[in-house]
Amino acid sequence: MDDGQTLSLVLFSGTDDRLNAAAVLTAGAAAMGRRVNIFLQYWALDAFRADRILKDHGIAPEAGAEGAEAVRRHGGSHWSEIFRQSKEIGEVGIHACSLSMEMFGLKVEDLDPLVDDQEGVASFFLEVDGPVTFI
Amino acid sequence: MTTANVTRSIDARGMPCPGPLMSLIGAIREGAVGDVIEVLSSDEGSRTDIPAWTGKAGHEMVEIVEEEGYARFIVKKAR
Repeated sequence: MDDGQTLSLVLFSGTDDRLNAAAVLTAGAAAMGRRVNIFLQYWALDAFRADRILKDHGIAPEAGAEGAEAVRRHGGSHWSEIFRQSKEIGEVGIHACSLSMEMFGLKVEDLDPLVDDQEGVASFFLEVDGPVTFI
Repeated sequence: MTTANVTRSIDARGMPCPGPLMSLIGAIREGAVGDVIEVLSSDEGSRTDIPAWTGKAGHEMVEIVEEEGYARFIVKKAR
């Protein structure tokens, strides 16, 4: 049931709330038969490091103490698990930005297996067929 | 449709969106055509998401039964 536009996401922020929001969008799009094309930059890429993916990545500053507590109390699956389920049910590509990889001195084997490969920004746009959402 | 016809029941109460839907999708993929899957969900998003996905994926939304604090979504695998 592959139809409609690809959901193209650029993930920049590495906080758990933003990554969870991105994972939920990915799951919804994959469930409804859309391809999902994700580019990981900067702090989002850092959060996908194999040795750090399950660690506490903090909450966006606008949450404040009360908001952060509400997010933590809510529970649910970890965002990495939601991405994993999305890859099982749909066509979801997760690509590491080669510039950020170089900046942090990372190799693909340093990243969680959720990440398919590393690519340059032009390669990311090969798969883009509509708007790009930056999170 | 009564509980007696249900092939598999999944208790997803307490799971936030999109957990109950993801559980349903997993059960439908593992099941056989004609299976009837029941998902118990207290997530408000399920009320729109489960019928939306079921229609899009070509399965049958048999019934939504309101219970105290949750709903039972009964879906038949049609293909």
